[in-house]
Amino acid sequence: MKSSVIIFPGSNCDRDMDVALKKFGFNNKMVWHNDTALPKSDLIVLPGGFSYGDYLRCGSIAGKSKIINSVIDYAKSGGLVLGICNGFQILTETGLLPGVLQQNKYLEFICKNVHVKINDTKNKYFKNIKKEILELHIAHNEGNYFCSNDELKLIEDNNQIAVTYCDKDGTCNNNSNPNGALKNIAGIFNQNKNILGMMPHPERMIDKYLSGEDGSIFFENLIGNLN
Amino acid sequence: MEVNEKIAVDHGLKKDEFKKICSLLKRIPNITELGIFSAMWNEHCSYKSSRKHLKNLHTKGKKVIQGPGENAGVIDIGDDDAIVFKIESHNHPSFIEPYQGAATGVGGIMRDVFTMGARPIANLNSIHFGSPQHKKTKNLLRGVVKGIGGYGNCIGVPTIAGQTSFDESYNGNILVNAMTLGLVNKKKIFYSKAAGVNKPVIYVGSKTGRDGIHGASMASAIFDDKIEEKKPTVQVGDPFTEKLLLEACLELMADNSIIAIQDMGAAGLTSSSVEMASKGKLGIELDLSKVPCREEKMTPYEIMLSESQERMLIVLENGKENSAKKIFDKWNLDFAVIGRTTNTKKIEINFNNKKVADLPLDLLSENAPMYDRKWKKNKLPQKIKFKKQNFKSLKLSDCLKKLLKHPNICDKQWIWEQYDHTVMGDTIQKPGGDAGVVRVHGTEKAIAASVDSSAQYSYAHPLSGGKQVVCESWRNLISVGAEPVAITNCLNFGNPEKEENMGEFVECVQGITEASKYLDYPVVSGNVSFYNETKDKGIKPTPSIGGVGLIKNYKKMINMNLKKQGNLILVIGKTEGHLDQSTFAREILSEKKGPPPEINLFNEKNNGLTVSKLIKDNLIESCHDVSLGGVLVAASKMCIKSNKGIKINNLKNLINKFEYFFSEDQGRYLIEIKKDNLSKVKKILMDNSVHFDDLGVVNDDKFLFSDEINLSIDDLSMVYKGWLKKYMVN
Repeated sequence: MKSSVIIFPGSNCDRDMDVALKKFGFNNKMVWHNDTALPKSDLIVLPGGFSYGDYLRCGSIAGKSKIINSVIDYAKSGGLVLGICNGFQILTETGLLPGVLQQNKYLEFICKNVHVKINDTKNKYFKNIKKEILELHIAHNEGNYFCSNDELKLIEDNNQIAVTYCDKDGTCNNNSNPNGALKNIAGIFNQNKNILGMMPHPERMIDKYLSGEDGSIFFENLIGNLN
Repeated sequence: MEVNEKIAVDHGLKKDEFKKICSLLKRIPNITELGIFSAMWNEHCSYKSSRKHLKNLHTKGKKVIQGPGENAGVIDIGDDDAIVFKIESHNHPSFIEPYQGAATGVGGIMRDVFTMGARPIANLNSIHFGSPQHKKTKNLLRGVVKGIGGYGNCIGVPTIAGQTSFDESYNGNILVNAMTLGLVNKKKIFYSKAAGVNKPVIYVGSKTGRDGIHGASMASAIFDDKIEEKKPTVQVGDPFTEKLLLEACLELMADNSIIAIQDMGAAGLTSSSVEMASKGKLGIELDLSKVPCREEKMTPYEIMLSESQERMLIVLENGKENSAKKIFDKWNLDFAVIGRTTNTKKIEINFNNKKVADLPLDLLSENAPMYDRKWKKNKLPQKIKFKKQNFKSLKLSDCLKKLLKHPNICDKQWIWEQYDHTVMGDTIQKPGGDAGVVRVHGTEKAIAASVDSSAQYSYAHPLSGGKQVVCESWRNLISVGAEPVAITNCLNFGNPEKEENMGEFVECVQGITEASKYLDYPVVSGNVSFYNETKDKGIKPTPSIGGVGLIKNYKKMINMNLKKQGNLILVIGKTEGHLDQSTFAREILSEKKGPPPEINLFNEKNNGLTVSKLIKDNLIESCHDVSLGGVLVAASKMCIKSNKGIKINNLKNLINKFEYFFSEDQGRYLIEIKKDNLSKVKKILMDNSVHFDDLGVVNDDKFLFSDEINLSIDDLSMVYKGWLKKYMVN
């Protein structure tokens, strides 16, 4: 399986993602933001970080970068696009995903382990996944998901909510919501579910010496679904 | 403008220093030259009060590749790998403008490290604030934490450990010490010593603005009521540009184009150009009209003294200009050839085709003043005789709770959760343990680091305090299974012109030297921050020690989380019951006098090396050093971390139980071992003449001691974790 990770100036989880993808069997290439064409890929990843310094608004300048048109074309033709953290913010800025990511409710950067519940398995990312609740890691200042009531109705009707923050038993409420996200949303799909944006970083949880190993489950499952 | 004595004094120079400048130059300097002198001769750049004493530091060792005197120190960690690290203060700016002050402190220290060709792999910090009740403390703490996070998080370097303390002596002078570790191939280390004549001098990075002019001089002055007016001297950071600069520099370093490189930190273009040329025994010629400027009509004086951030000065091999420029173009950074090296041993500065400064370099560096300041020796205070009735009305469990929520002991999660501590995917021990640990990417090795300081002990007796902080740092690294290798020190003190303050400095340095020699734990880099004084009131002497250790196989790292019910807890090291200067004595008995705990370097080393051996032999399940608060606090922390309990034994031959449980005797550890290993462990301890006590047994969820303590771990946890969060939210 071939994957590509886009590097924007200010990306800082690009290497971590590269390491993770390779560990689980992807043949990964790094793509520079000023390129215009994508290498042949089965998966495109927009990594975490602070693309273009996150000036103006998180992800907004990356959403207008040279490479992004190819990413949009690739996504619209049904290709898999995964955006983690800043990558999720970029996907909302391009309009590929609905809604926005606001500043965290308590106005502070949060770096910690959280649990998320997988809400939909009829997609390439979570089909066959062996756990319903994953322990993943978040590290962001703007992860407070928000969208209009109309948009929310659409994404709910179409099961586009991918993962929601919960406690270790799977309960989603205010206590298990780290950043104030609407409906505890930690990640969402587009309508066709080939695009996934999520705040948690599975690439930081890929061996038992790190914060946890549930990231491995995510990647193993993903490559399994693609093979 | 005609320069005179008054203008010189306004630049922070003393009258006799100005006289010396005129006589050395045999003329009166012009205003640009005076600016350069004031920048190079201030305390921050010249170390004029401290140099004499810093020379005595123990700086050599088998693993030391580079000691003090470069942008940062370098140690060998085997194979071709080396670790570059340093700690630096950004105290004065952080008090005036906490967010930017702290942020640019982090940015500055990271530049010191990647200047040497290393990719930063971990950040740490030591931050000290005034009394929690003081009206400024909360906002300063919030601002500093946001600033540290704002910069480090954006660059994508994990912040893996730190230290926070509160003391009223910091009410008017907070301390912000930032430390960075980087990884470099030891054959590819870059230095700041220029070599060769007629080599192009290159300016890269951000444009130069008017920010930070006289920053270094401000950091060498005491504060008064008008500190707010100094806000414009605080630099403004842009971590995004620094991230680009980091990547661009590392890309350029991959080939052989760079002869020397130096970041423009304190005193900006002045100190970087002077240092590079003087280290190489060369001269340097600059044309300031070529410097990329952010603002219009900047004068040579402003360009030379600006402390705009995220800039580097490079001496390049001839003919490499175009290929180097391409890299900086790719990263959208300014690149300009602004001068060349010469053989004149002078710094010559031109602006719009006019010579605006012409100074022999030795006047700026070697001939900078060096003072042998008067200092006062500190006597060891008399030991306090605590009487039985002091303890009569006290309950053990109340005392324990009170200590656990003490601002200097309580949990600091509110702080470190705002720092990205897991980016780069190699953090295997997070903040909140004895030391942070990151793997050396792609290898079996890991690096442990911690930062410690000992203001209370150093204030009571500087010599002991200096020793203690080195020992504590050493102990923290041992506790995670690392072999301590070397340290970096950040020496935060009051006004060196006062004999008392100077005495504190001299004796702390002496203590640091003694301990680091004995433990073979050399100092490889550091910084001195004097004049931490507001309106005549100085801070307590605060030496911060950043320690770095090596774990050869990261799978052997241990932490302080209790592992299993039924395992045994031993106290390693003798508990003498020294309560003077302990948190217990200060906070519960309200006794602030007395000597700090005695440092027995032989025991310290022997206990530590024996614990190390036990860890290597896989005989220890978890480990925690005993520090502030004593044995019960240390044991509680292990319980809270792992959500397990300990039943403390009814200790035989117990000296007064308060003395046993709350004294802060040094050189001690708590270790958790399997019952089956007890005899093996005891044998090794006895063979090495290490004193130990059987403290207790791990249980499910209760902290118990006879009929006096019966607390659930949830209760302990709430007490320990509650204070800071409550303080910050209310």
